[in-house]
Amino acid sequence: MSLFSIFTFEFCLIKMGRKLLLEKAHIENIRFYDVYRREGGYRSVEKALKTMTPDAVTEEVKKSGLRGRGGAGFPTGMKWSFLAKPEGVPRYLVVNADESEPGTFKDRYLMEFIPHLLIEGMITSSYALGSNRSYIYIRGEYAWIVDILEQAIAEAKNNGWLGKNILGSGFDCEIYIQRGAGAYICGEETALLESLEGKRGNPRIKPPFPAVKGLWDCPTVVNNVETIAAVVPIVNEGGEEYAKIGIGKSTGTKLISACGNIKKQGVYEIDMTISVEEFIYSDEYCGGIANGRKLKACIPGGSSVPILPANLLLTTAKGEKRIMNYESLADGGFASGSMMGSGGFIVLDDSQCVVKHTYTLARFYRHESCGQCSPCREGTGWMEKILLNIEKGKGKMSDIDLLWDIQRKIEGNTICPLGDAAAWPVAAAIRHFRDEFEWHVTNPDDAQRRNFGLAHYADPIHAPVTS
Amino acid sequence: MADEVKKEAPANFKVTIDNITIEVAPGTTILHAARQIGGDVTPPAMCYYSKLKGSGGKCRTCLVEVAAGSAADPRPMPKLVASCRTNVMDGMVVKNITSERVQDARAGVVEFLLLNHPLDCPICDQAGECHLQDLSYEHGKEGTRFEFKKRIFEKEDIGPYIQLHMTRCILCYRCTYVADQLTDNRVHGILDRGDHAEISTYISKAIDNDFSGNMIDVCPVGALTDKTFRFKNRVWFTKPVDAHRDCDKCCGKVTLWQRGDEVLRVTARKDEWGEVQSYDGKPGWICNTCRFDKKHINDWVIEGPTKINRHSVISQGHYLGLQIPKETMPDVMSGREPKLLMDIQDVSEVNSVDISALPGPATSKTFEKKEQ
Ligand code: SF4
Ligand code: FES
Repeated sequence: MSLFSIFTFEFCLIKMGRKLLLEKAHIENIRFYDVYRREGGYRSVEKALKTMTPDAVTEEVKKSGLRGRGGAGFPTGMKWSFLAKPEGVPRYLVVNADESEPGTFKDRYLMEFIPHLLIEGMITSSYALGSNRSYIYIRGEYAWIVDILEQAIAEAKNNGWLGKNILGSGFDCEIYIQRGAGAYICGEETALLESLEGKRGNPRIKPPFPAVKGLWDCPTVVNNVETIAAVVPIVNEGGEEYAKIGIGKSTGTKLISACGNIKKQGVYEIDMTISVEEFIYSDEYCGGIANGRKLKACIPGGSSVPILPANLLLTTAKGEKRIMNYESLADGGFASGSMMGSGGFIVLDDSQCVVKHTYTLARFYRHESCGQCSPCREGTGWMEKILLNIEKGKGKMSDIDLLWDIQRKIEGNTICPLGDAAAWPVAAAIRHFRDEFEWHVTNPDDAQRRNFGLAHYADPIHAPVTS
Repeated sequence: MADEVKKEAPANFKVTIDNITIEVAPGTTILHAARQIGGDVTPPAMCYYSKLKGSGGKCRTCLVEVAAGSAADPRPMPKLVASCRTNVMDGMVVKNITSERVQDARAGVVEFLLLNHPLDCPICDQAGECHLQDLSYEHGKEGTRFEFKKRIFEKEDIGPYIQLHMTRCILCYRCTYVADQLTDNRVHGILDRGDHAEISTYISKAIDNDFSGNMIDVCPVGALTDKTFRFKNRVWFTKPVDAHRDCDKCCGKVTLWQRGDEVLRVTARKDEWGEVQSYDGKPGWICNTCRFDKKHINDWVIEGPTKINRHSVISQGHYLGLQIPKETMPDVMSGREPKLLMDIQDVSEVNSVDISALPGPATSKTFEKKEQ
């Protein structure tokens, strides 16, 4: 029996709660090459370079239905096939490790504990894309992870997985790592490329898109850390096997970084079939709300996706159980749904104040706006000031409508998605928690001393019966 | 026959902007197509500058709605697009002033741009030729909803010729492109980010390049002004005159801004979009010598009055084709002259100079002499 078939065999045995990325993360010294290799590491490189053409790898990724794990959820195989391939022009793979979305820390976990998975995925993906020089652009604050990755790269190189003519395939590949300087905006792919080129990290005006003109004006694919890591099991098991996990267009597994008022914060790998309720309350995952309190609200996909009150979080407006996957979390659009985003799952209990929370996010986006385009540069600061006023009991009723109007004028009118990311949390907070904003205005003194509490946010939803 | 027609077709793209259809060359932006039509149909552009590579896309005043992407794919674009950086497609349908969404978004952008702008027009040298003033008149609302302190910056001295007023800056980035593309050493860029981002030379006073003065001309607001002209006069009191000289560094074609025979200011010549004029396809940037050092009428060969758009406040001092209105007093007073009740010059201690007694217009010199 070949290694490959053993793996498929295992694959059939365990169906629910399947782990592909973090399965071996707990093994002692998996961080280092010897153990990683012993546990079956780098097989995807062997398989791809020895038995597959680059296009065949891309084809597997397409079949897998893998979607970008950074936030937008765009199909990875499709993104790869958009890559322009003019003769004589280098192409680049750039891994976006600038994980800075508040509430998101899954890539950090992956890179810290199982760095070779990323390196392996990068070699395989670079082969598919024809990138002979690939880059990891890592968040500046992740300083210690740079050392871990550098070591992993050196180990991979010493063992012949990087460098010239890898495994005698004729394919050359080097991986370089670049530290950012602490700007959230450099997580936006074109700002990242600017920064990687040594310039000020301003997002570029698109088109042209990176697939045509990216790094140093060459065709470039920018992918999230988790996306590239997922290429390893996809190549090992085949795209179709990978696609069997999950529901519909949410295939494979997803890392969720759960934080906030839950009993067990941490990074979980889910197979996108479990319900939000199970994820929050089961002991296998978050273990329920901490300190005996009640669930008030949740931001399911990192700070920029819409916040949902407890009732809409657990159940869609149609009255169905909400599942932890792309489609279900987005069910109902922005009116009653949210987004999978980057998988930063932030839970708020009934002791949390939504107004204060929204202010905190607004402050973050104001601080992180690059300042290129006027709606985002000016609008984010304005929203922050108004929100602080309301939070401090100095707000007016008209301020709530004003906030709504400001976010509306930012959204969709900016160069990059940071404008939307700043607008959505404010819009969603007003949409679902308007009474709490109004209470801050009408009870300015009270609002400084106590909390608005749970109100009706956890009441069961009366789903309209459609005939 | 049919083949021939097909071959010719791609030579030009048909684009419809606010129900007006024109043909433009492929690769033309929506903004340029609209400029070819002219008038109201042209979106305002605060950051785009056709002579500066890479400019545009930032201020968002030029947003338009694309109601149909192209003849081949007539789907509308979901978001408003920056017309200065979006190319036309054959059969594209664009809505600018006919789109409520655009009007609404643009009013929003104007409000944003003015949010932290000091609105110190009464003491700003740019007043009268400020694109932000024009923009707010045409597309803004009468009031602001901003009730907070405006952002201010520490003053920075960037050299003897150029005055930087960071508080007025709208971060259009044009000046940084001038530094990048016109001068040999880039000494001018953006520090920090967001609403605290600022234009700086970083090493103060480092701008001493021959072409640095062009930053003043590209700045749409009063953030970069000419120090040699500072507080000398309101632009609408000066008379713009086209002139040239033989210059070994630049084209030498300028506009002199005069008061009497005094040359108060020298700028490059501007086209109808407020950009530096091009000659044979080359932008007519001028050098610092022409701009700052040639302030005598004898340095120049005068060509004639500069054409000023009649909607500009500057045209009030523009005497071409002037028709002196008929004196009506004697008529209505059946031939009698009006009687002088009080001569303001006699009773006022403010106006120490009898302006009406001067042979020509008053200049700064008139008042200097008097004070000594
Ligand atoms: S100083 Fe003037 S030209 Fe420079 S960015 Fe500011 S507004 Fe634009
Ligand atoms: S002129 Fe187009 S965005 Fe500024």
